[in-house]
Amino acid sequence: MSPRLSELAVGQEVARGALHVDRARLVRYAAASGDQNPIHQDEATALAVGLPGVIAHGMWTMGAAVQVVVDWVGDPGLVVGYGTRFTRPVPVPAGADVTPSVVATVGALDADAGTARLDLDVTLDGAKVLGKAQVTVRLPA
Amino acid sequence: MPVDASFVGRVYPPDEPRTVTRAEIAAFAEAVGATHPAHTDPVAARALGHADVVAPPTWAVVVAQRAESAYVEDPAAGIDFSRVVHAEERFAYVRPIVAGDRLVTTLHVDGVVERAGLAMVTTRVEVADEAGSPVATVTSTLAVRS
Repeated sequence: MSPRLSELAVGQEVARGALHVDRARLVRYAAASGDQNPIHQDEATALAVGLPGVIAHGMWTMGAAVQVVVDWVGDPGLVVGYGTRFTRPVPVPAGADVTPSVVATVGALDADAGTARLDLDVTLDGAKVLGKAQVTVRLPA
Repeated sequence: MPVDASFVGRVYPPDEPRTVTRAEIAAFAEAVGATHPAHTDPVAARALGHADVVAPPTWAVVVAQRAESAYVEDPAAGIDFSRVVHAEERFAYVRPIVAGDRLVTTLHVDGVVERAGLAMVTTRVEVADEAGSPVATVTSTLAVRS
């Protein structure tokens, strides 16, 4: 059962979770997404362009962060909008399991449209990695 | 070479229809940690009213980036990929994408804005089905250091 719009209040936290990413996952994301930019897989290339090392695809972080919302609404088809800015890279050192955290809070409710806007706070070691990450979900009244 | 602002307003015509497969949805879902059964189990997807397994909310980036490549990889556009960072991405869905969909993309170059040593390049990909009905809009902004 989906949550109901009428039961939600702006500011309410609805979901939280931890993301998990390591080098092997970035290789799988590169294959699945078609984004084979070597800065997400190869240390030497990442260092050469001035990065601290291999970083996660911003799109990986965006894709992973929305999952707490999908699980909360109970149907991926209810996600009708999703946008973000990429504010800070997520470094993924060799051998490390990097675990950004995500908290989803109700940002706005639109009873006429039948939608809720959820604001995602996605952080790594306390620093925001996504900016203005907002998910729009369609919910029953 | 600076990013060529004269590309703004260009529209790249629709490409060939591309069939979305269960296997590519499953691989993408695994990679982003999307464990909802509607991504991998057709029975679970149908129980929610979908024709087949449902793509995760950011999967449309796969078709969008393919469409964008016609522009961003054109040497005349002046986009040097060693100087690019992804600044912003946005998805708006008319309906969910499911396996078996035959999707067509049309790319629009919406903006090239210079500010503080950066060129902000915004593209919009309109995703439709084979009959032309809209499915999704994917908007992407790249920041290119000059």
